[in-house]
Amino acid sequence: MLAKRIIPCLDVKDGRVVKGTNFQGLRDLADPVELARFYNDSGADELVFYDITASAEGRGLFPDILRRVASEIFIPLTVGGGIRSVDDFDRVLKCGADKVSVNSGAIADPSVIGAAARKYGDQCVVLSMDVKRVDGRFRVFAKGGREDTGMDAMDWAVRCVKDGAGEIVLNSIDTDGVKGGFDLEMLDELAARVSVPIIASGGAGTMEDFARLFARPGIDGGLAASIFHTRQVDIKELKRYLRDQGVEMRI
Amino acid sequence: MIAIVDYGVGNLFSLSSSLRALGLETEVTRSEERLRAADRIIFPGVGAFGDARAKLEDTGLVPVLREEAQRKPLMGICLGMQLLFDKGYEYGEHDGLGLIPGRVVDLREDLQDKTLKVPHMGWNSLKIVKDDPLFKYFKDGEYVYYVHSFYARDCGDCVLGTSEYGGVAVTGAARRGSVWGVQFHPEKSGEAGLRLLKAFAEL
Repeated sequence: MLAKRIIPCLDVKDGRVVKGTNFQGLRDLADPVELARFYNDSGADELVFYDITASAEGRGLFPDILRRVASEIFIPLTVGGGIRSVDDFDRVLKCGADKVSVNSGAIADPSVIGAAARKYGDQCVVLSMDVKRVDGRFRVFAKGGREDTGMDAMDWAVRCVKDGAGEIVLNSIDTDGVKGGFDLEMLDELAARVSVPIIASGGAGTMEDFARLFARPGIDGGLAASIFHTRQVDIKELKRYLRDQGVEMRI
Repeated sequence: MIAIVDYGVGNLFSLSSSLRALGLETEVTRSEERLRAADRIIFPGVGAFGDARAKLEDTGLVPVLREEAQRKPLMGICLGMQLLFDKGYEYGEHDGLGLIPGRVVDLREDLQDKTLKVPHMGWNSLKIVKDDPLFKYFKDGEYVYYVHSFYARDCGDCVLGTSEYGGVAVTGAARRGSVWGVQFHPEKSGEAGLRLLKAFAEL
């Protein structure tokens, strides 16, 4: 059986990791290459890189940093931020990414998912969605969670999977940054609607939050940023703990 | 020197990076001369069987690979592995290179647990079924990274390792003579994958 995945996420702005980092023994705390290498060595199952400036400024992704990261880590690498077209997929994949994550770009032009899936395969196309409750319904937000699209999140996910999205990262705006646990209610609803792997994002604060997450059916991975960067949760320790809880883990 | 066969299928960035990280001399090439000069050959690939087979044919390298595979270690990775078998059944029936016995079939059809997802994508544990120098630095049960929808079966006694998925023993590694194949991506399988590549470089 497949192991559940623990995925640190690096938000990169102007070539630096922006969420709080507090490592001992690293020369440069906010150097994405250094941090990626650290995670590669500490048992992360995959890395996600978001260029958080890219979407807002409408420019291409950081090819140099990406190439350096990709040449030093030997686990799967997902890259997102500012992906709008098949050309963007192409550029990022050539820099060594294994999967490409698309969010606002797919909202602006949903055809990018199908076009990329036909060219590179479903397994390469990750739909990233920022979702928030509005009037008791789950709604998709664009532009880093700033703009309500009015679209129903679950319908959007179903449509994108049909078009060729091979995996979904579901970020709950409601639980993001609160560290009170993943948004299990939202995740359950998504898991009931799609059959592609689901990566949960937003809300992880403790190791127990991951245990509760993986107790649900249909969830393949847990993604977090600051709790790993600050070492509030240590990945090696987390994976041992989860394995002891009966969760299949690569150790 | 390890030659990585470049026939226009897939991204060779990670593979060459991982070999370089091990301090191994590597060349990505489609030159017959370089393949003949190499100590070892890695035969990569992603995509669909028939398309990749056609692209390989276009390079004119098939006879070279067949000959060199008898003289030096050759390892196929992912779709590269699949092409080493007799036949592939992705979008029709296609002839493989026939260097390892077996047929490459749709994993979905063989799954006993139909609720499982295909592609089989992620980290799965590789159980060693036959000891081999390829596993010199690899521990039984270590996790490796897979991304595939088809898999090799009916490989007889050529299977070296399998990963369990939905009731199927997915052929993870196979060998006949000096030809090895791995379905997973060693270059994406963390430290365990690097150790496997290191062992290949020492074969």
